[in-house]
Amino acid sequence: MIRVIVHRKAFGTTEILRDISFTIASGETVAVLGPSGIGKSTLLSLISGIDPAFTGQITRAKRMAIVFQEPTLLPWRSVLQNILLVHEDLARDAALAALARVGVAEKAALFPGQLSLGQQRRVALARAFAGRPQLLIMDEPFASLDPATAEDMLALTEALIAETGPATIFVTHARSEAERLADQIFELGGSPATIVTSQPRKDMP
Amino acid sequence: MKWLPVSPVTIPLLSLLSLLLLWVAAAELTADPEILPMPHALARPFWRELSSGALPYHLAHTGLRVLWAFALAMTIGTALGLIMGSYPAVDRWLDPWLVVFLNLPALVLIVLCYLWIGLNETAAIVAVTLNKIPNVTTILREGVRARDPNLRAMAQVFGMRRLTYLRHVLIPQLAPFIGAAARSGIAVIWKIVLVVEFLGRSNGVGFQIHLYFQLFNVALVLVYSLSFIAVMLLVEWLLLQPVERHVRRWRTS
Repeated sequence: MIRVIVHRKAFGTTEILRDISFTIASGETVAVLGPSGIGKSTLLSLISGIDPAFTGQITRAKRMAIVFQEPTLLPWRSVLQNILLVHEDLARDAALAALARVGVAEKAALFPGQLSLGQQRRVALARAFAGRPQLLIMDEPFASLDPATAEDMLALTEALIAETGPATIFVTHARSEAERLADQIFELGGSPATIVTSQPRKDMP
Repeated sequence: MKWLPVSPVTIPLLSLLSLLLLWVAAAELTADPEILPMPHALARPFWRELSSGALPYHLAHTGLRVLWAFALAMTIGTALGLIMGSYPAVDRWLDPWLVVFLNLPALVLIVLCYLWIGLNETAAIVAVTLNKIPNVTTILREGVRARDPNLRAMAQVFGMRRLTYLRHVLIPQLAPFIGAAARSGIAVIWKIVLVVEFLGRSNGVGFQIHLYFQLFNVALVLVYSLSFIAVMLLVEWLLLQPVERHVRRWRTS
């Protein structure tokens, strides 16, 4: 169970976030929706622990994974090394299987720069799921993709979440993505931003 | 017209050859071997110094000093650059020092080191090292500032071990900066080593140049300096450039 309580987050005197609290059960997916610049990414950096300067309390999981809008791979290490370096106890075969699962197994020995951007994002997904994360954090993972690629990536991410069952939080500005992936949608609004609406997915029983 | 494919050594060789031609032309115009001897006139003194063992002896002493100063300056300079780039509070305190040392003439540091430490090997190497550290620190600090914050965040969220982060994330990002500091460093260091030897050592290329300067022997001044330039070119071609190619291979593949 991931528990997020943010009383206040400010940069200098500018208050960005106030009174945001929710929980994510394992296997549950939460989407944070809101226009760009509202503080979604700031919230994610608090949850992921990248930014420790805030008032509140966040309980995280031991095994965490993150997917950024950009692939954020190490360009100077091979695709396979990119998986193995962040999961040091992962066997080589398991890393190769993770690459095969996203359809880039034959690229394992290449450098990321030799792959297309779509393939690099697949590697980033493989890296995230290879460690069987308990908490998965995704920051606009489908933004700036063409519709066909975005659909492929959405379907792949949906399947991987179903297989692995992490507690997932992802931020997006596209309501359609949120409604498709999430069990629970929180919409951020106002200044400082807080949760203005929270709704379960429409097709939930 | 299409250019013929040329081997990668052709252009550097032609370039060096044109420099040699310029020398010949200058010597021809000077027409005084006391001031500027012809290149081939250096062969005999070169051979004499080589076979007597004097040239290898002094080259080795200079080489050793360059190696020591280089290793010390790179290590200390890199460490300082990493710290100053990572911690803005430390940077605010140390930056004025950096500016002072960057602008302190090499000669002043050398003279002070000799006066305070004594006319010995330690003073010589400390003087050269102190001259080079600010430069390495400045370059590395830029490197630390230019690194990708997302890679750091990625490593942190995935719980990458510190040593792995250092070796596979941080150092590769800094590699171009370390390379630049090393290339410019080795060139600057050997020039300063020569000044240090000129002023206060009794061996090394700088000492020999001092000696033949007093004897007004242009040929031997040229023999010693050119020999060391040749050594440095070999280091550049056989060591620095291959290492750099290996480190950069992910960019070119």
